[in-house]
Amino acid sequence: MKQHSGALGRLATLKQLAQRFAFLALAVASFGLMLLGKADTVVVERMRVAISDTVVPILDVMSRPAGAIADVVGAVRELATLRAENVRLREENANLMHWQTLARQLDNENRALRNQLNYLPDPDPSFITARVVGDTGGAFVHSMLINAGSRDGIRKGQAVIAGEFLVGRIAEVGNRSARVLLITDINSHIPVLLENSRAKAILAGDNTDRPRLSYLPTNTNAAPGDRVVSSGHGGAFPPGLPIGVVASVQEGVVRVEPYVHRYQLEYVTVVDYGLPGVLPSDAAPEGRER
Amino acid sequence: MKGSLLQRVDQGVRHLMPMVLTLLLVFLDAVPVHLPAFALVVPLLPLVGIYYWSIYRPDLMPPAMAFGLGIVNDVIAGTPLGVSSLIYLLAQGMTASQRRFFHGKPFRVAWWGFGLVGSGAFLLQWVLVSALNGHRLGFHPVLFEFLMTMCIYPVLSWLFARAQLALLRSA
Repeated sequence: MKQHSGALGRLATLKQLAQRFAFLALAVASFGLMLLGKADTVVVERMRVAISDTVVPILDVMSRPAGAIADVVGAVRELATLRAENVRLREENANLMHWQTLARQLDNENRALRNQLNYLPDPDPSFITARVVGDTGGAFVHSMLINAGSRDGIRKGQAVIAGEFLVGRIAEVGNRSARVLLITDINSHIPVLLENSRAKAILAGDNTDRPRLSYLPTNTNAAPGDRVVSSGHGGAFPPGLPIGVVASVQEGVVRVEPYVHRYQLEYVTVVDYGLPGVLPSDAAPEGRER
Repeated sequence: MKGSLLQRVDQGVRHLMPMVLTLLLVFLDAVPVHLPAFALVVPLLPLVGIYYWSIYRPDLMPPAMAFGLGIVNDVIAGTPLGVSSLIYLLAQGMTASQRRFFHGKPFRVAWWGFGLVGSGAFLLQWVLVSALNGHRLGFHPVLFEFLMTMCIYPVLSWLFARAQLALLRSA
């Protein structure tokens, strides 16, 4: 009997040792994955993509009721501000009618001038609209999963817009899922222009709601309210896509308020402008700028 | 014999419950909430699942499961792969090794324990993500996320307790 319990005791010790070893191995594996991911190997990306392809259908189903609830909340909020909104829209409409007239005139003029110049127009971009199915929110990452992937024609590096505004780019593509890296993410660096002064800069996210303008020439006068648009340098985005407005200039740090906020994104449009140059890595445009 | 097989299948399915519930929290965390204030501070729901089941049924929440849930969480959230898996693994290890302390203690002791594990988890996540990005992230949002997770703990813990009573009492 005593011998038997001794054997059992040894077995228990062995089992405990094995468990400790497994725990340690898993911890080492975690660090290994972090390093491997940092080295940007294809293996890690394939793994990510395989898992996200698997879970996106589930996320798709789960995000639908959430969308419906958000719609109801939005509707109630809209009811409360209906009158004020109406007045604002009337004013805006009057304003826009004026612009519409102007735009028609300019469009006609443009067409006439182009005819005289034998101008070759840019090819029309093709686009895919997808639903945002996964967004954990929070401070650590500013990116989201969408329910469309390479089978829908989405490619890495394509621009992601909401309405007319640039919100990010495609960072990872699976078969039926893709990850959008938002312009506010710490890994996002986009070549931009200040529309008024035509000053070039890099819009660098830092995981806050307002990304910073870096590499802005020192003699530029950036003032709150200045529009920021994509410059088209680096070849990832076409020039002139509106991104946001300068929100604050403090001690040389210029912050930009994007036109579209993360929480507003329910559907996004992935646009293929047929541009050959895709940023190979985020560091590239910075390097060129220096 | 057939009955016993069915029983075993039934028990097997019941034993998957902690994993399924925690996985559900991983998914729930990723559901886009189109509310302005909420997008900034999101509670780390799966941590509650890891913590609760590591105390009350560590046999059904082994280290490998915590690790796997972390991998899925990293992929969905877009955090560097390995960060959540390490955090969940350490949370599981820490909690499971101290679980006897919590048995038979009032609820507020378990809540306090979650505060310790949670603050460690958030701090480690902040350090790891900052280090991997080579840039110190703001600490305030992380603090709010921690507090939010603390607030949600009683609710989830109550739900888990109900589920445990209903499905795992006999097993």
